[in-house]
Order: sequence, then structure tokens, then C-alpha cells
Amino acid sequence: MTDEGRSGTGAVLSVRDLTVGYRVQHQLRAVVHDISFEVQAGQVLALVGESGSGKTTTGHAILGLLPANGKVIGGRIRFRDQELTDLSPKGWRDLRGRAVSLIPQDPAVSLDPVRRVGGQVEDVLRLHTGLNAAGRRQRVLELFGQVGFTDVERRYRQYPYELSGGMRQRVLIAAAIAASPDLIIADEPTSGLDATVQKQVLDLIDDLRARSGTSVVLITHDLGVAADRSDLIGVMQAGRLVEVGPTRELIAAPKHPYTQRLLESVPSRLTLTREQAVQASAERDTVIEVRGLRKLYGDVAAVNGVSFEVRQGETFSIVGESGSGKSTTARILTGLTQATAGSASLLGTDITNLGRRAFRPLRRDVQIVYQNPYSSFDPRFGVFDVVEEPLRSFESSQLPWKRRAANEERVVAALESAALPADFIKRHPRELSGGQRQRVAIARALVLGPKVVVLDEPISALDVSVAAQILALLRQLQQERGLTYVFISHDLAVVRAISDRVAVMQQGSIVEQGPIEDVFNAPRHEYTVGLLNAIAGRNLLVGT
Amino acid sequence: MTQLIGPDLSPEGAAAGAPSTAGSFPAGLGKRLLAALRWLAGHLTLVIAIAIVALVLLWAFFPGLFTSQNPTAVNPAEHFLPPSAEHWFGTDEFGRDLYTRVVYGSRTSLTGAAVAVAVAVVVGSALGSVAGWFGGFADSLIGRVIDVVLSIPGFLFAITIVALLGFGIFQSALAVGLTSSATFARLIRSEVLMASTSNYVEAATTSGARTFAILRRHVIPNSIAPTFSLVTVQFGIAIIWIASLSFLGLGAQPPKPEWGLLVSDGRDFIASRSWLAIWPGLTVVAVVLSINHISRHISRGRSS
Repeated sequence: MTDEGRSGTGAVLSVRDLTVGYRVQHQLRAVVHDISFEVQAGQVLALVGESGSGKTTTGHAILGLLPANGKVIGGRIRFRDQELTDLSPKGWRDLRGRAVSLIPQDPAVSLDPVRRVGGQVEDVLRLHTGLNAAGRRQRVLELFGQVGFTDVERRYRQYPYELSGGMRQRVLIAAAIAASPDLIIADEPTSGLDATVQKQVLDLIDDLRARSGTSVVLITHDLGVAADRSDLIGVMQAGRLVEVGPTRELIAAPKHPYTQRLLESVPSRLTLTREQAVQASAERDTVIEVRGLRKLYGDVAAVNGVSFEVRQGETFSIVGESGSGKSTTARILTGLTQATAGSASLLGTDITNLGRRAFRPLRRDVQIVYQNPYSSFDPRFGVFDVVEEPLRSFESSQLPWKRRAANEERVVAALESAALPADFIKRHPRELSGGQRQRVAIARALVLGPKVVVLDEPISALDVSVAAQILALLRQLQQERGLTYVFISHDLAVVRAISDRVAVMQQGSIVEQGPIEDVFNAPRHEYTVGLLNAIAGRNLLVGT
Repeated sequence: MTQLIGPDLSPEGAAAGAPSTAGSFPAGLGKRLLAALRWLAGHLTLVIAIAIVALVLLWAFFPGLFTSQNPTAVNPAEHFLPPSAEHWFGTDEFGRDLYTRVVYGSRTSLTGAAVAVAVAVVVGSALGSVAGWFGGFADSLIGRVIDVVLSIPGFLFAITIVALLGFGIFQSALAVGLTSSATFARLIRSEVLMASTSNYVEAATTSGARTFAILRRHVIPNSIAPTFSLVTVQFGIAIIWIASLSFLGLGAQPPKPEWGLLVSDGRDFIASRSWLAIWPGLTVVAVVLSINHISRHISRGRSS
């Protein structure tokens, strides 16, 4: 675990047998068990794990930021020569921001919305340095320069709402490095940011670390990010650190079975077996045909002249960053909104000017799976009601009290095809995990036996191992039923794993489209090249 | 958890399941009783409030169980008796037992309040749903009407309606209901708006449900639930307003017993025989406070 080259300097952070618990209903439950690791000066330790693995709790324990019902039960945390486990509140205040700082998870909510961002960064300097007002301002402008802002004077005076997600995260990074701390805890610093922005932010953290020799604990669910950016990786599962070691060794030869499974689930490593028959798709029927599609919201073109075709039985992916128009395209295809100009046809029907009522007969054949399954279920509905709803819409001639018995068989069949046990019809979505909920959503989409399924970011809210299972399920269903998929995603690695053809969208236009191998191996447009470079986890591909 | 990658036994599901199983299967009856007692001790005021409301409801439904006397039987020999074991609340100028009149009066008062709230809910939901679902012109029109109604002091507005409809307990209930329907309409409108733009309504649309089915199955049920606490608050307010209208002589007419009317009758003797106004007044206070307390508990439960 120790890095021989640096062991002489002494560990900046040393955690020994740390056990953290939460008090729930008068009982203290341990959620983090016996964690031990060390971070040397200038090193990056990535704590990797899925949701609920205890990685954020560990990070917050190091910062003394556990919620009121959280408690360090055992073990110790040492920062340089200081014991943190029994530090007084005043001691913490002195330490935090100055010696140890945090880059928080969600830049959207971590800044005060009614104050200018410059003043918010200055707060750190006011607390931890003796600089006067002019000196502080000067220092903040320098920091803004360091985090890559050009027009620093203007940024200083702006409010959070005037900044994009990536820019806000830069402001938070500026605040984190303001007092030149020895250790930064970065808690999922890039989740929720577009791939290219994520790359910029991570590059920035790397760069700052290289210049100042700060140590970083990077908490992430993305093994790709960890592989690219860390010296050490600690893999957490169910509150335990199952494996910790130098990044290169751990990636090349993972020892713990959980690490191995996590590595296999990383999208850029997924090798779903592709039926080569699909390659001859030119002979198949065209299911979706879109010509010069435009959609204006006010004066802004969300979709600006898009054309593509999707053939029966293939997976056509539309990939792009937020605001690229990919979701609007999906909404037009599912009849949720109408195009302003151009034409779109679906299964031989021209849908360009179809109203809601006229579109309805098509819904039997076109279904959609959403990014967030739970919000797409009526909170009052159990699993049975959710999956049954399409049947009620199209086959509701039965009397209400006979309906349940009549539909039960088909609901169970749909659940089973989504790899859920039959007794799930008695459960409520709130009792289910994220992956199970997405399976229920898939069962709902399948219950009518559709021909086309639009998948709107179906796995981006899921943990990698669960996401890999859902992708495999989708692939299997496609082969069994000859489904046509339109797959909307921001994640190129995922797109590569599942698609036959891909269209890359930027600002409402398709900049490049073609078979998946062509686009990935020989991208023609510079934007595609940028997206491909931003895929985290290229280091993971070396071994494969 | 041992099988994290296996068939979808993710930590979320396990964590959500664990506390509920611990709570729902206590070891034995003794433990369950103890838990119930602990709950009661923690919610003592709520228990008292529920008991008061339950008692008053029983008064309204089965007045004969609580008193053997006739609320309108005149007995000049026993007039103006102070409260005693015989006559708990005393007797009035005609020798009628005041407790009996309060018990029988609860039916009039509570029925009036129930009608008022029902009118408010029905009219308010209808207007609010139309405004929230269709938007556009309907929303503007209904929105402005709501603004106008809310800008007039509520009680004054109710009196105006009663003046138009004529005196009587039913008319005053209708007036109170119409006045408070504006508040409901506004709440329902925002709930419908929220539900109709929600993801699950969109999912229902894409799964092929018709507009009417979506309204009936998703929008209305999900919009009604948040109004429960407002319904209970309005019930308390309606009791006060109806009693007030009766106090002014616009609601229930004598000799019918009604809480507001009883207070009004007692007002003439407030200096010498104060119990005549105090007991019915205290009854109204106790009932309304209890209802408000229950309502606060409901809304807290929703928000947490």
C-alpha cells in the first residue's frame, strides 16, 4: 500500500480501523467498518464504490462533517501529526478550509444563490488569512485565473445562476484551494456534468495538485475516472474497504472478486456479443425516418434540421451533451411534442403533424423508458398497477373487478421477461432498488408487445454493475423480440456497448452519424473527437 | 449484500426493507402494548383532541345516548338553574336543559360545517382542476374570480350570500362553502398543475392512456391527497362561521338548538347567568381547537 518513492515524507492522512455509524431509532448502526488507508503528500487516493458503499460517509468523517446522527465509533483519523477523532468544534473550524478542504458533490446547490461568487470565495480567506479587503480580492482574482476563468473581474461580480454547472464547480474548486490546503476531499466532483466539462474539471484538479503538491481523496462511483486520475485506488463495498492498492496494479490484477466484477461492468470494457446479422440491416424495413426535422422553442432551435433512419431490429443511438437536442428529438418521436418543420415517420405513419389523440393508436407499438423510473410511476401505484396501465389503455373493455384477474398473467409475463420474479406484483416501487425499478419500467414498456422502444438515458442513474445488467437485459430482449431501440445517452462508452449505429448531436444538429465502428475508430468531426477523448477510463482499455 | 452484483439485491432495497420489518413484527403482545402506550404518551394532546372530536361526533349521531331529556321541552318551574349534577350546564329562561341543547345542537352545527366543507371541496376542486389542467383562458378567468373572492373579507362575503339566499342553516352552510371554495380552488389548481407536468403523467400518456383516464387515475387522486389538512382546518373554520351566522340570526332559527344560537340566547343574561353563554361557547372553542390540532398533525405528517 505504501508508495516506496514517497514514503519518506510521512503520510498526510492516515486512517486506521475507522468505523462510522448512524443512529437510527435509538440504535447505532455501523455503516463503515474498519477502514484503513494512508495518503502521502501529493498523492491521489480514489475511493470507489457504488451507492450505499459508505464512501461519502468516510469522506465526511475525515472532514468532521457527519450529520447529527452520525458518529465515529472506533478507529482513528490522523492528519499530519494531529488526531482528528477527538478534535473540538473550534479545532475543526480552524482546520477545515485551511488545511483540509472539500469540493462538494453538487455545484448547483453548494453556492449561496443570493451572493456574488467572488465574495463567497473570499469568505475562506477572511477566516484563514490575515489579508485585508484589497488583498483578498486580489487573491480571489488570482484563484479565478488558476481555475481557468479568463474574464476574472466579471466572474467575481457574478451570481451563481449566471454560471454553468462546470463554471460553478470551478468556483467551488477555487474556494477549496484558496487557503492552500494540504488535503482536498473531492466528493464526486463531476457527477452531473457533461463528459467534456468533466474532463476539464478533472484536468484542473490534476493540474492544481501537480503545482501545489496537495493530496487528494477523490470519491467517485466511476472506476474510469479513478483509473485515469489516481495513484491509489480503494474499492469500497458495503461499508468495507475490500481492496486498496496502487492504481496500475489494481487495474491490471484485481485481487478481490468485487473489484473484478466492478471492472467487468465498466461500460468502456463491456463486450456485449453483437449479432453480426444486424450488419446486413440495409435490407431490413425502415421503421423510423426523419427528414430535416426542426423544433423551435420561441426563437431557439432545439432541433435544427436533423435527418436519420432507423431500421427494424437495430439500436440507433443519439448521443450528445445537455442541450444538444437529443431529448427533444426523442419527444417528437414519441408524440409528446410536435415538430416545427421537416418530417418524421414512424412505422409507415407520418407523425409530423399528428395531435395527441391521433398519435394514440401508435403508442401500442412505441414505448418509452425514462432515465428516472421512480418519478415515472404514479406514487400511489404498486408494481402491478404500473405495469398494467398500458393494458388498461388499450384493452379496457372488461369490468373493473374482472380486469385484475384477466391482466395478471400478462403483467407477470412482462415482469418475468424483465427478469423480475412474479411475486413483485404485490410490491410497491418504493421498496425496490434503482435497478429493480428500471426493470419494472422496462416491463411496463414491454407489456403491450411494442415494436419500437425509445430508451431515454435508461442507465445513467444506476450503479455500474446494475447498469451492466440492464444493458445485457435490453440486448437480450432485442434479440428475442426483434425490438428496435432508439437509445438516447450522453455516455459514449455506453453507446458503444449497445448500438449498431450512432448519431452525434451538438446544438440541435447531427454533426456525424454512421455505424458504431466507423464513428468510434475514425471520427470525422472534431466535436466527436473531443467527446471520445473525454471518455473516462481510457487507462482501463490498455489491458483488454 | 453478499451478492451485490447478483440478481439486483441492491443496498437501497435492503436498507428500505430492514427498519420496517423490525417495526412491524414486535416480539410479543406485551411489547406491542408497550409501544402503543409509548406512542400515546408521546401524542397525548393529539389523543385528547381526537377524543373530543369523536365525542362530539357521537353527540351528533346518537344524542339520545348522552341525554334522556328533550332539547325543546319547556319547563318554567326549573328556569335559570345554575349548573348542577342534575343539569350539568344549567337551564335557560324556559327551563330547558342546556347540556341537552348543546348535545342536540352539535348535529345542526356539524352538519352545517360538513355541508360547507363539501361545497367548498366540490366547487373548489372543479374550478381548480379546470384551471390547472386546461390553463390558458380558463386559468386566467378562474384565477381572477378567485382573486376577487379572496380580496373580499370572507365573513362579509358569506353574510352577503346569506342575504341573497335567505336565512337558514342550509343557506349559511352554502354561503360559507362558496366563500372558502376559493382557497380550495387555488390549492387544487397548483396541485393539478404539478401533477399534470409530472413524469408519471407523461409516462401514462406515452403508454396510451386517454386524457380522461389520466385525469381520473393520476391527476385528481394525487391532487386531492394534499388537501386533507386544509379540509380539517376548513371544518373548524366552518363551525365558527356557521355559529357566528346563527349568532347574528342569519343561520339556524329558534327553537332549534345550534351552538351559535345558544351563545346568542345566553348573551342577554351574560351578567347574571353567565353559564348560558359560556358553556356553548367553550364547546365551540374545544371542538375547533381539537380539529386544528389534528389538522396540524396531518400536515406535519405529510411534510416529514
